[in-house]
Amino acid sequence: MKKFILDLTVVENQRLNYQYVLLKLTHKDKLPLILPGQFAQIRVDGSPETFLRRPISINFVDTERNELWLLIQVVGPGTRRMAEMKIGETLNMIVPLGNSFSAPNSLDARIALIGGGVGVAPLLMFGEWLHRFGYTCNFMIGARSKVDLLQLDELSKYGEVYTTTEDGTYGEKGFITQHSLLNTPDFDCIYTCGPTPMMKAVARYAQENNIFCEASLENMMACGFGTCLCCVTETDKGNLCVCTEGPVFNVTNLKWQI
Amino acid sequence: MADLTTKLGTLQLKNPVLTASGTFGYGTEHLDFMDLSRIGGIVVKGTTLRERQGNPYPRMAETPSGMLNAVGLQNKGTQYFVDHIYPNIKDYDTSIFVNVSGSTVDEYVKISEIINDLDKIPGIELNISCPNVKEGGMSFGVSCPLAAEVVKAVRKVYKKELMVKLSPNVTDIVEIAKAIEDEGADSLSVINTLLGMAVDAKSRKPILSTITGGLSGPAIKPIALRMVWQVANAVKIPVVGLGGIMNATDAIEFLLVGASAIQVGTANFIDPAISVKIVDGIDKYLDDNGFKSVSEIVGGMII
Repeated sequence: MKKFILDLTVVENQRLNYQYVLLKLTHKDKLPLILPGQFAQIRVDGSPETFLRRPISINFVDTERNELWLLIQVVGPGTRRMAEMKIGETLNMIVPLGNSFSAPNSLDARIALIGGGVGVAPLLMFGEWLHRFGYTCNFMIGARSKVDLLQLDELSKYGEVYTTTEDGTYGEKGFITQHSLLNTPDFDCIYTCGPTPMMKAVARYAQENNIFCEASLENMMACGFGTCLCCVTETDKGNLCVCTEGPVFNVTNLKWQI
Repeated sequence: MADLTTKLGTLQLKNPVLTASGTFGYGTEHLDFMDLSRIGGIVVKGTTLRERQGNPYPRMAETPSGMLNAVGLQNKGTQYFVDHIYPNIKDYDTSIFVNVSGSTVDEYVKISEIINDLDKIPGIELNISCPNVKEGGMSFGVSCPLAAEVVKAVRKVYKKELMVKLSPNVTDIVEIAKAIEDEGADSLSVINTLLGMAVDAKSRKPILSTITGGLSGPAIKPIALRMVWQVANAVKIPVVGLGGIMNATDAIEFLLVGASAIQVGTANFIDPAISVKIVDGIDKYLDDNGFKSVSEIVGGMII
């Protein structure tokens, strides 16, 4: 897919909670085709400490409004600067980057999209695609506490939503991999994005039960398009770049200690 | 429009802007962003005799105005380059250099012999300065006798433009530059990354899997400028300057201190079309200041 360097304009900056904002951006021309699972490399101008671009998952593309959504977790100076952006400011990005989630092989497939934290970001877009193409999906979202659960209303437009919180303030208490829905392993396809320990637990569950499973990785990277070779993950084909061969991998190809 | 052509030994470049090894892939990765024929040349990713998986992740740490890397020369080896990469890049309308890395003199010689037979590769850059490979690499670049030995051996088998990339991690870069010049190198690229490290105070662990890595970006530009100036004043062969060049003004500064050409490295990660913008910026500077050719400003710093 052709990659573009675009200046997008902020049309909405919605604070979701103490740590997350949702940025909605538009472009003067029609946005390029972006697939679920792909990401953008965002340039944060301003200071020596935000020297490199930041890889951020595409959360959603609203084709009618020509809007691209980014779900930002404030973790450092770069994401803090993004979270402070005002309507009308522009954000330079290289997009679309990386591969995408694979479509399930049957419309009858039983599908779980399992996310934690900011990992919900690509699952919203993928869920919308699955829904649009006639699949039925189940979102399973885990968080530390009720306040950390993000975009549940958006997700519920495209499938059933199941939740867990570690402190029991919403949904079932515990980790999402302990949710009662997983007691009977009758899923055909699992897609996951979130903290690595969570994704490893999901991968273990999928492998034990012989379920197709893809995970979206989030490694540190400099370029985002396959030249710096910094973001590699170990696979059965050797070290592969997460930015070009991923970010989505079938978990059976990853050399994870699970 | 000034004359931007630049001579490195017997090789003529269309302009003085090259892209640095390990920061531009094989050029192919930048086709969506820019016209490769606009730049003077491409130094492709470091190539070793056999395939290397490189170092474990994490290989990168962002630092103030720069970054550390510890990739460790991940590449598929020389024969793979010849069979699968060269056919795709040989017709690019720019000068392609292969960055040659080895852990023994014999390996450097073998790779250079193989690359010498590729018609559309007018030069190599001998990498004796990679700080991220345990087996050697930099050990050649930090010792006068070893640097001289490897350049002498490669010079015997390599008949085209032989550029040698110097390590800044030395006490006296001039001494090594002269030793390499004496063994018949055609040009010197100055500098490779500086050895550095980063620590995470929270976890109390190093950020890189290898603990230390190579520092690049604008953080190292003043050091690179100083070393290019010192080397250019001490040798007769052309010097190719690199280290933290982010824009045309940075590039012009390197030309002024004596570089005949420059390489753009880390900046390619941030703006994949920056090398073309630097060509245009140099052209505009020459026009604005009444220079007719780029060679007029090489070493033109007024003291």
